[in-house]
Amino acid sequence: MTEATGGIEMEEDTSGKVKKFLYVNRKAPYGTIYALESLEVVMITAAFDQDVSVAFLDDGVYQVVKGQHTKGIDVKNFSPTYRALEGYDIEKLYVEKESMETRGLKESDFLVPVKVLSAGEMADLMLTQDVILSF
Amino acid sequence: MLHTVNKSPTERNALESCFKYLKKGSAVLLIEDGVYGALKGTATTKMVEQALKSFPIYALYPDVEARGMQDRVIDGIKLVDYSGFVDLVAEHPTVQAWL
Amino acid sequence: MKFGILVNEGPYTHQASDTAYLFAKAAIEKGHKIHRVFFYHDGVYNSSRLTEPPQDDRHIVNRWQKLGKDHHIDLVVCVAAALRRGIKDENLQEGFRISGLGQLVESGIQSDRLVVFGD
Repeated sequence: MTEATGGIEMEEDTSGKVKKFLYVNRKAPYGTIYALESLEVVMITAAFDQDVSVAFLDDGVYQVVKGQHTKGIDVKNFSPTYRALEGYDIEKLYVEKESMETRGLKESDFLVPVKVLSAGEMADLMLTQDVILSF
Repeated sequence: MLHTVNKSPTERNALESCFKYLKKGSAVLLIEDGVYGALKGTATTKMVEQALKSFPIYALYPDVEARGMQDRVIDGIKLVDYSGFVDLVAEHPTVQAWL
Repeated sequence: MKFGILVNEGPYTHQASDTAYLFAKAAIEKGHKIHRVFFYHDGVYNSSRLTEPPQDDRHIVNRWQKLGKDHHIDLVVCVAAALRRGIKDENLQEGFRISGLGQLVESGIQSDRLVVFGD
């Protein structure tokens, strides 16, 4: 394990315990660091073999739109990382329908395959989760 | 599920959003600036009173009192202290923060 | 019950650290255990040895340190977030330790409840 995963210092045995972790993203990228740093937690969770789902609601839907070019603001473009999630076996990405529509977005605007859920369906998904993290 | 909301409904859409995701067994706890969502006579009072018909809504009293809002809380919103906050977290299988 | 706590914001600018602390204190008074307090994003600043708040106000860093010491709570600061913000061992308050995001995930696994305090 690397320093980043902190695996070396694990005092308790978590092997075998699998919980459902849901990451709720409600903030736009670049204006604040939450989108980037929450993505880092998502990847570490997969490294722990947990059952990971990622939800984009409200302005969070902007995190996964295509065409992000950040050279002008001199900030690292981390949007390709969403495409890399699949390689970490993180495929459960959800976008809330109304959040998407009120922001003028369609499924084809997103840079990764997502499942579009209504708020009611998203709420049902949330109820199945063991740990919900918001950033 | 317990939903905590820590921002004022006139500052952010967190409370409005949160309400879209409430299901049977949900409860809402307003903390920090979120307690402004517990007040009578505001633009969001009707929305909160409507939710109150189906879901228990709590407000963290120390935050209400700190902001001088203790005489303006909507009837039906239950006031709790930090000990009550802990109990609410323990009573619900999961807790979700609407930031 | 075992609680995990995530603090996403630094001291004073946001109320998150205060609320988290008062929650933790109440939980302990009720006989619960705090598995870990994990500091992420600007929350890492809650571990700075260098803060000098006014004398007549609460000392957030020291308050966490004391709570951690009195009740054997693991106060963990995320290494990646800390490095970004210039929190290192040399300016880390005693009682806190710097470690990886794995500690947050582990807290989610081991705790009965994980409570998030942020902006």
